[in-house]
Amino acid sequence: MAVSRSEAWQGGIVAASRALTPEIRRIEIDVDQPVAVTPGAHVDVRLSIAGERDRRSYSIVDATDGGRRIALSVYTSPVSRGGAAVMNALAPGDRLELTQPLNDFPLRPGADRYVLIAGGVGITAMVGMAAGLQARGADYRLLYAGRSRPLMAYVEDLREAHGERLRLHVRDEGTSLSIPDLVDSIAPGTEVYVCGPIRLMDAVRREWMSRRRPIADLRMETFGNSGWFDAQEFTVRIPATGLEARVRPDQSMLEALEAAGADMLWDCRKGECGLCEVRIVGLDGDIDHRDVFYSERQKDARSKMCCCVSRVVGSAGRGAVVDIVTT
Amino acid sequence: MQQTVTAKLLDHPRNAWYVAAWDHEVGRKKILARTVAGRPLALYRTEDGRAVALADACWHRLAPLSQGALVGPEDIRCPYHGITYDARGRCTSMPAQETVNPSALVPSFPVVDRYRYVWVWVGDPALADPDLIPDMHQMTDAAWTGDGLTIHAPCNYQLVLDNLMDLTHEEFVHSSSIGQKELSESEFVTSHTDTTVTVERWMHDIEAPPFWLKNMRDRFPGFEGRVDRWQIIHFEAPSTICIDVGVAKAGTGAPEGDRSQGVNGYVMNTITPETARSSHYFWSFQRNYRLDSQLITTQLRDGVHGVFGEDEAMLAAQQAAIDANPDYEFYSLNIDAGGMWVRRILERMLLAEGRDHAPAPRAGAQVVR
Ligand code: FES
Ligand code: FES
Ligand SMILES: [Fe+2]
Repeated sequence: MAVSRSEAWQGGIVAASRALTPEIRRIEIDVDQPVAVTPGAHVDVRLSIAGERDRRSYSIVDATDGGRRIALSVYTSPVSRGGAAVMNALAPGDRLELTQPLNDFPLRPGADRYVLIAGGVGITAMVGMAAGLQARGADYRLLYAGRSRPLMAYVEDLREAHGERLRLHVRDEGTSLSIPDLVDSIAPGTEVYVCGPIRLMDAVRREWMSRRRPIADLRMETFGNSGWFDAQEFTVRIPATGLEARVRPDQSMLEALEAAGADMLWDCRKGECGLCEVRIVGLDGDIDHRDVFYSERQKDARSKMCCCVSRVVGSAGRGAVVDIVTT
Repeated sequence: MQQTVTAKLLDHPRNAWYVAAWDHEVGRKKILARTVAGRPLALYRTEDGRAVALADACWHRLAPLSQGALVGPEDIRCPYHGITYDARGRCTSMPAQETVNPSALVPSFPVVDRYRYVWVWVGDPALADPDLIPDMHQMTDAAWTGDGLTIHAPCNYQLVLDNLMDLTHEEFVHSSSIGQKELSESEFVTSHTDTTVTVERWMHDIEAPPFWLKNMRDRFPGFEGRVDRWQIIHFEAPSTICIDVGVAKAGTGAPEGDRSQGVNGYVMNTITPETARSSHYFWSFQRNYRLDSQLITTQLRDGVHGVFGEDEAMLAAQQAAIDANPDYEFYSLNIDAGGMWVRRILERMLLAEGRDHAPAPRAGAQVVR
C-alpha cells in the first residue's frame, strides 16, 4: 500500500553493472523475494561505508520478471558521499542486503494530467512513473533536464517509449528548463512530480507557491544527496558541551555528530521531516540548505538547519565552522 | 484439471468493486467509517457531491480520519493534530510548519456512485474500470421500484454466496413465508461463464406460499388458485447475486416468457467482505408492479427483512459451528453446483492476483472435482 513503511529486508545478487554515462551507472539486482514494483518505489541498500554500516536509498528504474530483477541507477560525482563509491564497485555475483521495494513517492491515479520533471539522476524515479502513466493511458509530459546529453541516461529509451511526450532540456545546448515558464504552462488539475537536485526542487516549489497553486498537487522525491554547492569538509561544534566534529564531504553532519557521540533525533534522514533540526548559534561560512522542510523564509533566516542533509560551506577554500544547539 | 477446494474461509479478491455503502449513507454531515475487503475506510462527499474513500488512518500517527472533520470544499482534517488532506489523499496542510512533507498522503480509493450504492475499489487502482461494476440496473430503472437494508453478517462472505446460490434452504429456514417442499423436489439447471453463474428453477402448478400469495393479491385482488413459480439466480463476480423471482397464475405461459398474469420481483444482493469472518450484505427487493405504492414497498422491505433475519441467524450459527469444529471439513451435494461454480470463479480471481484461496490455509482440505 502506498504509505506502508514496513521494511522487509532481503538478499540480492548483482546481475549486471554498467556505466550509462560517465556519472551514472545502472546496476541490476536479482532479489530473493520478488514482489510487484509500483512506480515511484525505491529500495534501501545496506552498505558498509568507511567501516560503518549505513543505508542508502535508490529509486527503482525498472523491474522485470515479476520484480525478480530490479534495476537501480547510481550517481557518482567526484565528491559523492561514500555510498555511490561502494555501489559503483559492485560486480556481478556480489551479494548485498536490501529492502523490498518501499514507496514514499507513489504515483496516484485520478489527476486530469501529469507533468513529470526530472533533473539529472532524478530521471531514475521518473522512468517507472512515465511507464505507469503510459500504461494507464493518462495525459502526461516528461521533462528531463541535464547539463549535457552525454551525461543524461536513458534518453534513447525514453524517446522511443514516450515520443513527443518527452521534452529534453540540455544546458550545453542552450535549451535549459525555464521553471517560471514551465509552471505557467501547467494547467489547473495537473499533478506535478519532481525528482532531482535540490535547486530544481526548490525552484519549482518557489514558483509554484508564488502562484498560489495547490501544494497538494506538487509531489517531490528527495533523497537529499545534492546541494547548491559541492560538499566540502567543515567543522561543527556544540559549544554547550564542547563537542567538536569534522564533517567529511562523504558524510552528513548528522552522521558526523552521531559518530562524535551526540545524541541525535531524526526520522526521514532525507530533509523532509525536520526532526533532525539544529539551531545555529555561530556561523563562519554559508548554509547549503538541502532540505524541503523549511520554507524560503525560514531558510533565509539562517537560524536553523536540517543536519541530515544540509551542510555549511566556506568561501574561497576557507574551512567553514558552525556552532549549534541540538534539541 | 482445475479443482475447487471447499475452503471453509474463502479469501476475497481485492481487484474488484465492492459496495461500501448505500448512497445516502455517505454525505457531509458525518464521515462514515467502514471496512471494505479488510481495508478500513473513511467515506464522505465533497461539496459538489462526489463520494470519497480514504484510508481511515492518518499518515502521521494513524488516528482514524473518520473521527475528524470536513473542512473547505473537499478536505478532511485529522481529529488528532489537524493535518488536512484533499479528496485524493494529498496532504494540504501540516500543523506548526510552513511547508508540507512531500511524502505525506493517505491512500485514496477509486469510487463510483451507481445503482444507489457507493462502490469502492481497494485493489490496484490502475485496474479500476467502472465497466466492471456488476449489472444491478433494476435498482434505478424506472420500470422497477423497491427498497432494501443492510445486514451485518457475522460470517465469511462465501457462506452468504452459498446461501443465495442454493434456495432449497427456503423449505427449512423460511418455512412460514416462502418455503415449500416443491423447492427441493423440482429440477434446477446450472450454467456459467467466466464471470457469471446462473441457476434456474421452475415449480409448475403449485400452491403459492404465504409471501407470494400476498403479492399476487396486491396485483390481482382476491386472487385464488395455483401458480407457476420461478427462481432464476444470477451471480456476477465477485459477489453480486440478483435473483429473478415470481409467480404467475398456473398455466398462463410464464415459463414460455409471458409473465403478464403474475408478479415479478428482483432480490438484489451484493455482498462486501469486511473481514474473513464478517460481511456487509446489502439487499433490496425490487418489483415491477404497483410502482407507486409506498405501502407495498415498505411491506415488501419489512417482509424480506424478516425472511433475511432467518438467514442471518443461520449464517451466524454456521460460522460459529465452523469455528468450533476446526478439524471437520465441508462436503458437497448436487444442490451446491451453483455455489461451487462461484467458488471456482473466485479461486481463479484470487489466483490471478497471485493469492491463495484461503485466508488461513490448513492441511487436509477436502477436494472435489
Ligand atoms: S531526519 Fe528528517 S529532515 Fe532530517
Ligand atoms: S495523527 Fe493525524 S495529525 Fe497526528
Ligand atoms: Fe434464505
